[in-house]
Amino acid sequence: MSRLDLMLGLGALLFALGAVRLLLVDDLLRRVVCLNIAGSGVFLVLLTLAVRDPDTPPDPVLQALVLTGIVIAVSVTALALVLIRRLDASAEDRKAASADPAAGGER
Amino acid sequence: MSPSTAMWLLPWLVFVPLIGAGVAASAPRLRRGVALLAGSVNLGLIALLTWTVAAHDPVDLALSGWAPPVGIALRLDAWAAAFLLMTALVGLAVSWFATGPQAATARGSEGFWTLWLLLLAGLNAVYLTADLFNTYVALELITVAAVGLVALGGRASWSAALRYLFVAVLGSLLVLMAVALAYAQTGTLQISQAVQHDLGVPVAATVLASAGLALKAALVPLHGWLPPAHAGAPTAVSPLMSALVVKASFYVLWRWWSAAPPESLPLPAGTALGVLGGVAILWGSWQALRQDHLKRVIAYSTVAQVGYFFLVFPLLASDAQSARLAASGVVIFAVAHGLAKAAMFLAAGALMYQHGTDALSALRGAVGRAPVPTLTLAIAGVSLAGLPPTLAFAGKWQLLRASLEVGHWWWFAVILLGGLLTCGYVARVLRILFTAEHNENTHSENTSDEHTNDEHTNDDADHHPTRPPVPRRMAWAGMCLALLVLLGGFTAVPLIELLDASPLEQSVLEVSP
Repeated sequence: MSRLDLMLGLGALLFALGAVRLLLVDDLLRRVVCLNIAGSGVFLVLLTLAVRDPDTPPDPVLQALVLTGIVIAVSVTALALVLIRRLDASAEDRKAASADPAAGGER
Repeated sequence: MSPSTAMWLLPWLVFVPLIGAGVAASAPRLRRGVALLAGSVNLGLIALLTWTVAAHDPVDLALSGWAPPVGIALRLDAWAAAFLLMTALVGLAVSWFATGPQAATARGSEGFWTLWLLLLAGLNAVYLTADLFNTYVALELITVAAVGLVALGGRASWSAALRYLFVAVLGSLLVLMAVALAYAQTGTLQISQAVQHDLGVPVAATVLASAGLALKAALVPLHGWLPPAHAGAPTAVSPLMSALVVKASFYVLWRWWSAAPPESLPLPAGTALGVLGGVAILWGSWQALRQDHLKRVIAYSTVAQVGYFFLVFPLLASDAQSARLAASGVVIFAVAHGLAKAAMFLAAGALMYQHGTDALSALRGAVGRAPVPTLTLAIAGVSLAGLPPTLAFAGKWQLLRASLEVGHWWWFAVILLGGLLTCGYVARVLRILFTAEHNENTHSENTSDEHTNDEHTNDDADHHPTRPPVPRRMAWAGMCLALLVLLGGFTAVPLIELLDASPLEQSVLEVSP
């Protein structure tokens, strides 16, 4: 098995790990991390596919796809974090409204 | 209009909504006007372009002379035009619904206008693009705008929006991986060339793309995110989500499959999608029968109708003639579903405005108080069930013929059983809306209801709480769409001829720089 095949396998594994964990875990922040791990797996696959042959320069089109993919992943992560912050803030508001000082922080 | 002039109008279908979104974001006072203007210009452009496509061949454009894979290639054919027209009509009706001063809660917040125009730009881009990578980018634009729109529903909808975001982005990652695999195998990003390569259809890429797009289109068993997101969104957002956003993912998958010659497609994958579609029809309809909130009934009905769309894939992978029948059938069915589903959600929004809730128990006898929305629900429901003479009937008829032609009678049975179940849940809702509340029992039931939902009905302690009349445009926006899908049945024959004249296999080939 060549080094490129190994990289492809690693990328697919990373994606699978991230995707499965994303569907199984409940904690929202962890799900964001899982999404990014799955994304990294996909990017690794794309970058490996760009190098068809170690002696020739890599395919620029696939590298451009990865760049765009990274930009999209960052913006989607930001959107997810904003929603999570809002959810946390509203949960704390509700806790304050029910005047229960015994409860600790969210996590 | 000649195709060479029409060519230069194509990018404006994306630019007009984008510019509108920019103006709406920076000039708050102009928002409504800009949204209505952009929606009208969009509809006008599409009507003009559809006319051109019907008279001539498909229209192609490589932006600023750059040929793919570096440049951005756009292409409009009859198939894309059908989806664009449906999007424009639904979008304009929803914008009209949401402009009224009474529609403040229906919009959620004034950010509605900016997000809706962004969504429109993304939808138009998906239907127009001729290459796979732009498809991915446009799908992500749709995801971000749609998540924002769902989140306008306030605290209760935030977790549904977040769940939708995770699922949609996971689906997009699968699509991205599929695009890269197809490119690595065939050396092109153009959909038709990628799937019609000499080496045959890239099977792994097709399977990955199917999985990702089925997730985004909420195919059973990946549908769990849809009902909370679609039913929890503000009333002006739900029709956009159910009628339009789901269609975009399906359209990409349909384009991918239909661009390849039928005999080279992986039939087992097609059959798997078809079986899941059949399960979706039965499970979604069964759930729709059991819901006690109107918007959730309509949302589960979307789960069921998405199942119908996926029945096309085993037929596409069979033989050329039934593939054509199934292709035009499913496109007409999808367009009819878009119009009917938007009409139903708009009618539900009007009823919700009047009653403060969409609980079916509170809507008893609504026909007397809101005749137009109730009638809208009835007409759109009949269309959804695919009874003649509606547009959906024409689409279903094509699908039925295709399934008989291949000799797969079991699809025939599923389609008919699904229609029966659709009649069932529509009739159940209508029975409640048409049953007058007059005796003691309903009174006591009503008052206890008000106690439980007192955040909604706080206005009157009286036996007959004053319910505001439904504003005219809230009532009629949905009715216009319902009438369109009802009368659209009479245009079905020319529509099928138009689609049949448009090539499927070579649909996205050769873009001249």
